[in-house]
Amino acid sequence: MKLRAIIVDDEELARQILREYLDKAGDVEIVAECANGFEAVKAAGELRPDLLFLDIQMPKLDGFEVLQLIDPPVAVIFVTAYDQYALKAFDAAAVDYLLKPFSTERLGKALERARALLSDPQPRALQASDLAAAARPPGQTLERVVVKDGTKVHIIPIAKLDYVEAQDDYIALHSEKKQYLKQQTISSIEAQLDPARFARVHRSYIVNLERIARIEPYTKDSRVAVLQDGTQLAVSRSGYTKLKELLGENI
Amino acid sequence: MHPIFRNTTSLGAYLGLWTLLAAVLGALIRVPTSLSWSQSLSVAVPMCMFYAFVCLTPWYLCRAFPLGSPRVTRLLINQVAAAVLACTLWIAVARLLAFAMDLGSGLNAAVPQLVVVGLLLYLTSIALHYALLAVEASREAALQTRDAELRALKSQINPHFLFNCLNSISALTSTDPARARDMCVLLSDFLRKTLGLGERESITWREELELARTYLDVEQVRFGARLQVEMQVDDACAECQVPPLVLQPLIENAIKHGIATMVDGGIVRLEGHVENGNLAVRVENSFDPEAPSPRRHGLGLRNVRSRLQTRFGDAAHLHLAAEHDRFSAEMVFPCHKVTT
Repeated sequence: MKLRAIIVDDEELARQILREYLDKAGDVEIVAECANGFEAVKAAGELRPDLLFLDIQMPKLDGFEVLQLIDPPVAVIFVTAYDQYALKAFDAAAVDYLLKPFSTERLGKALERARALLSDPQPRALQASDLAAAARPPGQTLERVVVKDGTKVHIIPIAKLDYVEAQDDYIALHSEKKQYLKQQTISSIEAQLDPARFARVHRSYIVNLERIARIEPYTKDSRVAVLQDGTQLAVSRSGYTKLKELLGENI
Repeated sequence: MHPIFRNTTSLGAYLGLWTLLAAVLGALIRVPTSLSWSQSLSVAVPMCMFYAFVCLTPWYLCRAFPLGSPRVTRLLINQVAAAVLACTLWIAVARLLAFAMDLGSGLNAAVPQLVVVGLLLYLTSIALHYALLAVEASREAALQTRDAELRALKSQINPHFLFNCLNSISALTSTDPARARDMCVLLSDFLRKTLGLGERESITWREELELARTYLDVEQVRFGARLQVEMQVDDACAECQVPPLVLQPLIENAIKHGIATMVDGGIVRLEGHVENGNLAVRVENSFDPEAPSPRRHGLGLRNVRSRLQTRFGDAAHLHLAAEHDRFSAEMVFPCHKVTT
């Protein structure tokens, strides 16, 4: 079986050498070459490749973000020059990673691993968003959230994110009166957001602290957070304790 | 020379303290003796002024025998001997003064107290000197750390840059061997030029600019048509002495956070001119405000700022501005030329 692969790298020469090596390998068909993250997401959606060769630092969307937006998840081989933090995480989660410059032998090994993984009747669940979360350097919080809506990619800067709502396996990201659905768990996005700016106030809600206008009592021992635009979000007892810690007693 | 002599304020404060001690000593002398206030003070004041200078001598001894050295017994013997000697001198001065003032044996009753006070004062001085030395050492250590950090940063080549270059060379070897060779030469040129720089205090702007050009030539191979470079640098700048690699981080920044974030690339514009004895350098580049990595003011730029600050103080500044999709870094510092 020929592997169908997409090459994603913003540098022409980097794509060129991968193409050359893969042509020599013989049993890999390059179905697309992309120079940026947007193209990669689009091509992966349309062409459904078996394998993605993915650079990390790219214009528009970086490698992690591309990975989150590709649905269904695809086997990924990261190709990067140097990434001190991320490599450890890839070790476990990605098929393989290649450090530039690499040899044909090294690429051959990566292809073998990919093939072994893809022929496995019970493929490892590649939960892309969680993989990306794991690969993020420790101590670094999310600066923006990327969401795919059909073929469109939305980039929500963290400052514009009002609140996050859990909806079964999805989360709804609310920003500027719009709502974006993303397949990710609320706990996993909670772990990625800056805890000084966002608080999990309820099992189903994470709120941007800057948006909170006031907290009102709701029933005997529950409260609601009223946002600046009037939205009301349920606040659990532990959520209220957290808010008091973050915003001070006089809320 | 003792650091207390470095400025008159500290010396004044020190002698003022001893004047206070003289008053206390005067009172102390009066207790066991039958001397009058004026008699005891006229003994105490000169004694203290004399001892004030004796108590500065631990500066030399403390430096010769630093705390924590393995020769503890030698340290103790020397310091105790010094204390005894100092105290002997102090008593000798007291007796001399008593003799000169015709007090007869009037002061004798106070001698035991004077011995104790003399020893205590000297030992206190030793302790304070060790504390002073510790403070100076930690300040020195902080300075050295900073220096070392600067040296390390100066000589550091961005590994991303290096590995990406090697990857480009690797790609070119089969398709365009001649260009691969050119790239090897360019990269070697760049590395060779940067290697010796960590040791040098200053280089000429011409050398710095040459380095930036080589760097941009290498990046040109990587980015191809995505990278456009415009340069407008006055010849008047050429001989200005600049800290080595002061321009380099600005150029690297323009590529990494500018050109590399743009799908279709953009322009890096470098301007340099001399104005009122200052070298003014401006690096401008296009960038994508929505680029994935928002940490635009990286370590490189902070490093440039702190190096300019250490070298030129307030005479230098680095101004960064991001407007829409243009980022600019403007650096101004005095242009010193080496006259031969």
